Amino acid sequence: MTASATVLNEGTDSPYALSHLDALESEAVHIFREVAGEFERPVILFSGGKDSIVMLHLALKAFAPAPVPFTLLHVDTGHNFPEVLEYRDRTVAEHGLRLHVASVQEYIDAGKLRERPDGTRNPLQTVPLTEAIQQHRFDAVFGGGRRDEEKARAKERVFSLRDEFSQWDPRRQRPELWQLYNGRHAPGEHVRVFPLSNWTELDVWQYIEREKIELPEIYFAHEREVFKRSGMWLTAGEWGGPKESESVETRLVRYRTVGDMSCTGAVDSDAITLDDVIAEIAASRLTERGATRADDKMSEAAMEDRKREGYF
Amino acid sequence: MTTTTGQLAGISATTLLRFATAGSVDDGKSTLVGRLLHDSKSVLTDQLEAVEHASRSRGQEAPDLALLTDGLRAEREQGITIDVAYRYFATARRRFILADTPGHVQYTRNMVTGASTAELAVVLVDARNGVVEQTRRHAAVAALLRVPHVVLAVNKMDLVDYAEPVFAAIAEEFTSYAASLGVPEITAIPISALTGDNVVEPSANMDWYGGPTVLEHLETVPVSHDLTSCHARLPVQYVIRPQTAEHPDYRGYAGQIAAGTFRVGEQVTVLPSGRTSKIAGIDLLGESVDIAWTPHSVTLLLEDDIDVSRGDLIVPTGDAPATTQDIEATVCHVADQPLTVGQRVLLKHTTRTVKAIVKEIPSRLTLEDLSQHPNPGQLVANDIGQVKVRTAEPLALDSYADSRRTGSFLLIDPADGTTLAAGMAGDAFATGAEVAHEADDEGWDF
Repeated sequence: MTASATVLNEGTDSPYALSHLDALESEAVHIFREVAGEFERPVILFSGGKDSIVMLHLALKAFAPAPVPFTLLHVDTGHNFPEVLEYRDRTVAEHGLRLHVASVQEYIDAGKLRERPDGTRNPLQTVPLTEAIQQHRFDAVFGGGRRDEEKARAKERVFSLRDEFSQWDPRRQRPELWQLYNGRHAPGEHVRVFPLSNWTELDVWQYIEREKIELPEIYFAHEREVFKRSGMWLTAGEWGGPKESESVETRLVRYRTVGDMSCTGAVDSDAITLDDVIAEIAASRLTERGATRADDKMSEAAMEDRKREGYF
Repeated sequence: MTTTTGQLAGISATTLLRFATAGSVDDGKSTLVGRLLHDSKSVLTDQLEAVEHASRSRGQEAPDLALLTDGLRAEREQGITIDVAYRYFATARRRFILADTPGHVQYTRNMVTGASTAELAVVLVDARNGVVEQTRRHAAVAALLRVPHVVLAVNKMDLVDYAEPVFAAIAEEFTSYAASLGVPEITAIPISALTGDNVVEPSANMDWYGGPTVLEHLETVPVSHDLTSCHARLPVQYVIRPQTAEHPDYRGYAGQIAAGTFRVGEQVTVLPSGRTSKIAGIDLLGESVDIAWTPHSVTLLLEDDIDVSRGDLIVPTGDAPATTQDIEATVCHVADQPLTVGQRVLLKHTTRTVKAIVKEIPSRLTLEDLSQHPNPGQLVANDIGQVKVRTAEPLALDSYADSRRTGSFLLIDPADGTTLAAGMAGDAFATGAEVAHEADDEGWDF
């Protein structure tokens, strides 16, 4: 697929035209190499979710046959899916990487953070993340954020400057021209870097399929005990569900994103292969009324936003 | 001919087109962008429902597609900095990255930013107003940034009774103006973003127009050019040296090919040192290949163990750019603090950042009429002007006209890292639009 000259567009494209996945891959690799060349202590935020898995895959490709010159950081909410944590640890071991874990649970146990009434821990990730960045003096932090995720992110830079409190100041974001990324920052500041800025959800899935990247099982349809809360199917578990008024049922579901068990909704799905998943996602982009369940969509989008508040 | 709305639109391998839009809300730009997203089925159910809901609550019968992208209007009301927004959509034939740039006068830097990575620019005009100052400014930015394809979208044709003469007159005026600036390819399309005429679907109201709709044109315009005529350029980003038992002697020079084509066996020169070697191998992200071209990210292996590091440029021997410490360029000033003569800056060119001094600002350019104002002394935000810069080290710089990636640079404030200006080496426009430079006035200062 890569260097072969495929006829891409009914004969209107030259044999030199890259496929969209090759173009996005090449751009992401360029971003990783820029950071390796310009920063002292870069780190990749790695949760075991599909976007961070794709990021790591690209980083491995960018520096092969040498090892990735970055460490990994996971902010563990304490409510992560066991399948995902198992995947995370296995991947780290397989590639001989170094993983830092910042634990929300430890912060709660030490009295530095307080559990929220709604039980959601995503907003609690900010302090452990910020302190881990300060403590390890990371100067570049790779995140899997994409510009297509929501309106507010449409203007995010590939290199996004953060002050020593990890805050994003829109007035300090620099125009980004050509492929010239400006990563200059003062001591104590760092740059968030988004190599998947220009990817869409569909691109990520197509790339996973093309590269035969293994994912945690929860991305595929499986039987699971779930209950309904705020219009979402949440997984039953010790994190705080179900309450007495909520009833558990077994459904065939999969996850489109993975995060905190308390706020990551499953969707009804019988997609058991990557092809099925990609077909489902492509179909769900259709805007015909009734093609998708709007209530699931709405809440899922809201959850994604909440998830990001802690991270980005 | 139009897009499939099949279940799996955009599933197969397609090419990627980066394009930019220029025009103001008043020209119907938000509606055009909304229409492209909507009619190419790139809008999620929840987004569309939100738009329908908002439209109904305003008493509108049809959904106002401008609301899909209307961060911009709200921002202007609130006085927030308006900025480039990137939007994504796909058809069965192509994937698109749209740099959506606001069109108002003070936002030149945003259009420059959006156009810098675009292979095509859509300039929008209101059929009732024709070519106005702003249109000329947009054409000039597209020409300055050497955007290969320009589309003139003559919008609101429904308000001029879909009259062909109105369209023809605007198309002719714009085309001759843009051509005089050296824009290589211009396509004019009569549209109504509001009703959808010629955006995605061909218009039933304008059967006198036989050309493509906006989307058809976006889907079929060539995205890569004849690379055989380009100067091959590889800025070295990083040296890969595993030094493992498995790869004790591997030394690879990693980078994204900025222009042209590299082949195994080719004789190459490394700049600025001038040392030469042969390409022993090309790693294309884990695959060994005989040939690679822009914009592939690759790792080059050379036959000789010569000193190569980040910031160097690998070029075919006999096709090297001149190295220089004196750069003459057109810059667009993008920062709030001014750029002054005598200012010490950092200059970032490809993967190399060097110290530099702004020696002269010979002229400032007014985009509306392309008039030159000699010796402005400084450039402020959104100004475009000529500069002469002296660098502390030699740079292997192409003219921007020859190579957008190796002819462009940034000027950066060493104190706080602010990106001050976007620079393009060499002449501003491809043609005689250039006004002769004033004679150098050495010793001139404030």
